[in-house]
Amino acid sequence: MSARIEATGLAVGYGHRPIVEGLNFSLQPGELLVLIGTNGSGKSTLLKTLAGLVAAQGGSVNVLGAAPGTQHSLVGYLPQHPVSSHTLPLRVEDVVAMGRYAHLGLTRRARAQDHRIVQESMERTGAIAYKSRPLRDLSGGQQQRTHLAQVLARRADVLLLDEPTAGLDLVGRQAVAELVAQERARGVAVVMATHELSDADTADMVMLLAQRVVAQGSPATALTDAALRECFGFTQPH
Amino acid sequence: MGNFLFGPFADNEFLRQSLYAGILVSAICAVAGTFVVLRGLAFAGDALAHGVVPGVAAALLFGFSGVLGAAIGAGVMMSGVSVVTRRYRLSGDTAIGLLFVGMLALGVIIQSRSSSFAGDLTNILFGEVLGVSNSDLMWQFIALVAVCVVAWFCRRPFLLLSVDDGLTETSGFSVKKYHNIMLAMVALTVVASFQTVGTLLVLGLLIAPAATGALFARRIGIMMVVAAVVGIFSTYVGLLVSYHANVAAGASIVFCSVLVFTACAVVVEVQRWQAHRKDIHHDHDQPHVHGHVHVS
Repeated sequence: MSARIEATGLAVGYGHRPIVEGLNFSLQPGELLVLIGTNGSGKSTLLKTLAGLVAAQGGSVNVLGAAPGTQHSLVGYLPQHPVSSHTLPLRVEDVVAMGRYAHLGLTRRARAQDHRIVQESMERTGAIAYKSRPLRDLSGGQQQRTHLAQVLARRADVLLLDEPTAGLDLVGRQAVAELVAQERARGVAVVMATHELSDADTADMVMLLAQRVVAQGSPATALTDAALRECFGFTQPH
Repeated sequence: MGNFLFGPFADNEFLRQSLYAGILVSAICAVAGTFVVLRGLAFAGDALAHGVVPGVAAALLFGFSGVLGAAIGAGVMMSGVSVVTRRYRLSGDTAIGLLFVGMLALGVIIQSRSSSFAGDLTNILFGEVLGVSNSDLMWQFIALVAVCVVAWFCRRPFLLLSVDDGLTETSGFSVKKYHNIMLAMVALTVVASFQTVGTLLVLGLLIAPAATGALFARRIGIMMVVAAVVGIFSTYVGLLVSYHANVAAGASIVFCSVLVFTACAVVVEVQRWQAHRKDIHHDHDQPHVHGHVHVS
């Protein structure tokens, strides 16, 4: 089976200044790569590079066998909590329906299948309970569930999730873990940036970043006390 | 009473023309303004409104079409903001602020060469709603059709832009391209509207009715309809007040639209307060519904 994401000697950053260099990894269908690190460690920059929003600074990377940012309908990207969420008057179900726009393009009309996928995505995240309410009136956790439903509605083969558990309580974090497990079960490769070590429990690969790769491997081999101390400056409780 | 409300429009051709122009401008501003409010482009809209001043001033001085001058001014403004933002890595706000005052100052300098400096400048800034011609109405109708067509075809990228740039780009729509199309749509709105309400006040019709729509509407189409209704109502009341009280027409229209927003905001606030009170009473009457434990 061909790799969903393949990176060799990849350098990511902005302008001509790399933040992290020498990234090497390969992600097969159904695999989960968890990126852990402090703010500014390069997690979001790596995700943006994989999404095609930021150009690679060096090395090579391909997503679904092509350059990043070229297969829009097959790659779903969840940005960090958008600021607009607090002012957007649009209904939750309309925000979730935007997840289908990559498939619909400018002019294609949404069909019954598109409406069904939007409905299912809201049911899976629990956003269905407040589907008619405006996004701005919801709590941070409810807004995050709405954005998660939107990225699920893409029905992508690769999911790039930037801190999907931010603003969620324990139940919400468990729900995200379940959603990720369901997506992996249908062959979706997932890359997830997070601050929560517990999010890495079921990962196939963990990458500890601190403007360089501190450790990389299975959760057991990467999340050692020494590596965590080097990454965060102290040891986090598992 | 009927004569007070409708008489001025029945008796005066120029006032009817102004009303038609106001209706067209309200409809254009409702469509463009909805996306301006959703995307948070009010400052850029203001800058575009002022960016047309030197173009119109030059048109008056050298005797070519004011609409053409306004279009050139808006084009220069948009290009300037884009160049300053990209080349010098300054924030959009800084670039807009810089071009905004620069273009306004240039407009005043050009206009100061005119023999009727004060009168012409007042017309540019505050509009000449009572001097609308048939050709003005025709141009405004064409602009309305163009804005509606652009908004319809670009509704998906425009909606995505109102959520997140990254989401827009990863959905297959170029942020740069559609942001510029949105700005061009706002520029067209400003060019089509400035003769009616002036460059200084066009932002009022662009923002206030759309913001009122955002208070109530949950869907983009309804938001536009509410904005159009508020704009048309403000135009009618503004013209009526202007006629009876002998005050500036353009300013009356815009002030009325801001008053409508304020009144609606108060209504929304009262509704929220009532809903909050209802929740408190509900909790008090049924203390265990949400799992609360009351110890007496």
